[in-house]
Amino acid sequence: FPGLADVSISQDIPVEGEITVPVGSHSPDEDYSTLDEPVKDTIMRDLKAVGKKFVHVMYPRKSSALLRDWDLWGPLVLCVSLALMLQGGSADSKDDGGPQFAEVFVIIWFGAVVITLNSKLLGGTISFFQSLCVLGYCVMPLTVAMLVCRLVLLAGAGTISFIIRLIVVGAMFAWSTLASTAFLADSQPPNRKALVVYPIFLFYFVISWMILTFTPQ
Amino acid sequence: RWGRAGPGAAGPGPAGADTVSAPAQGGGSAVIDMENMDDTSGSSFEDMGEMHQRMKEEEEEEAEGEAGAGEEEDGEFLGMKGLRGQLGRQVADQMWQVGKRQASRAFSLYANIDILRPYFDVEPVQVRARLLESMIPVKMINFPQKIAGELYGPLMLVFTLVAILLHGMKTSDTIIREGTLMGTAIGTCFGYWLGVSSFMYFLAYLCNAQITMVQMLSLLGYGLFGHCITLFVTYNIHFHSLFYIFWLVVGGLSTLRMVAVLVSRTVGHTQRLILCGTLAALHMLFLLYLHFAYHKVVEGILDTLEGPNMPPFQRVARDIPVVSNAVLNTTAKAIALTL
Repeated sequence: FPGLADVSISQDIPVEGEITVPVGSHSPDEDYSTLDEPVKDTIMRDLKAVGKKFVHVMYPRKSSALLRDWDLWGPLVLCVSLALMLQGGSADSKDDGGPQFAEVFVIIWFGAVVITLNSKLLGGTISFFQSLCVLGYCVMPLTVAMLVCRLVLLAGAGTISFIIRLIVVGAMFAWSTLASTAFLADSQPPNRKALVVYPIFLFYFVISWMILTFTPQ
Repeated sequence: RWGRAGPGAAGPGPAGADTVSAPAQGGGSAVIDMENMDDTSGSSFEDMGEMHQRMKEEEEEEAEGEAGAGEEEDGEFLGMKGLRGQLGRQVADQMWQVGKRQASRAFSLYANIDILRPYFDVEPVQVRARLLESMIPVKMINFPQKIAGELYGPLMLVFTLVAILLHGMKTSDTIIREGTLMGTAIGTCFGYWLGVSSFMYFLAYLCNAQITMVQMLSLLGYGLFGHCITLFVTYNIHFHSLFYIFWLVVGGLSTLRMVAVLVSRTVGHTQRLILCGTLAALHMLFLLYLHFAYHKVVEGILDTLEGPNMPPFQRVARDIPVVSNAVLNTTAKAIALTL
């Protein structure tokens, strides 16, 4: 394999990127005073950061804010709400829906970890948690789709409702994939974008399929 | 104590040297341990007997000196043991540090994903080419065929197979078993890929075939491409005759390719037969299992459930039970006849 001749696994290849937030813009006084600020300020600051990221997902532009200040609050909230909404799909009263929550949770996080590892192994320059952050935030369109599906199913479950749900889920799936690709594919060498996009496509496809085939009882 | 044997140490010299040099590596506290351990490391039975005899003679000669030194030594040792704090703590501390060092070294060695990096060094065109090649059996089996040791393609194919299995289970099933079905899908696919690869690697080792583990993983992984195509088509179009055609043609092609590559790397008729027979059987039977096992699960559930909220596309599967039972019976009979 001639292509492997120049692959070196030396220790000085950075496997992880920078995950510390550069605090150069803050003056030392502000750093010390954040300990004394009221709790409301701290919470509002975090909430604003999370909200800004949601906006970034809704309008995917190539901005580095999502990547720089990564946090996992948004993905956690989205994952939990999606898993909660996907419960209650069991027809049998013996099933308490417990495994469904755990399965959705595990699939989302395990899938995100696998995609991150894959993109790192393919030579990506993004760090582990940044990638997890992006993938988690891009589940938001699918959570919206789940909400819409539940509302549509309240009206009844027929062919028309299925078609509506199919269209909505399909659109949100495309949006999720495009949003995450916009952030993640930039960190790859240009000729390998397809190799990174495919697992993301598969990941969101599985989640979309779970949403589409959900029938409440 | 061995060291004090003096000139008599010429016989068990090497053995004694071993036991003397070993403690020196272990550090201060280990010397005492080694000296007081009743071990036979490095010394043979005859030497032991000789040493014991010599010790007895020496004890008779220098009864007081030996006894005194022995007691002194024992007293010293007892003293340290009696203190209990220092020696015990030192030993424990050293063992903890050594253990921690070893664990962190092992962790940094094995958890370093850079080990896997060379196996993911592929281009999209290469992956596409290999996918297509996996369906084309090679003709030249007298010359060892090249297998690319790459893990990206096989890994993605296994995940695709998992997704297709989930899709198949959803379109022909109600949503109850969602949790367990997902777990079984992932477990089945990964279990097949890793388990059968390991088993075939072991057989290849027994049959002297020239193949490494990564190459085996890669070969079997790309062979799953045929499975993916077959299942993707037949989970959407529920005709059993169509499935049989796909099973024979698509499954057969990918099996032939894997078999041809293995044959080209093995010498000897018996070995070739064993390897290829096993691989062909496992590969084809897996496809059969994937198709029928999940249909059977479907039939069992559909018979017991009547749900008013079933999506319309599920009704297709309900027509299967009668046909598939008959087909399954004839298949079983046919297999029994051929065996």
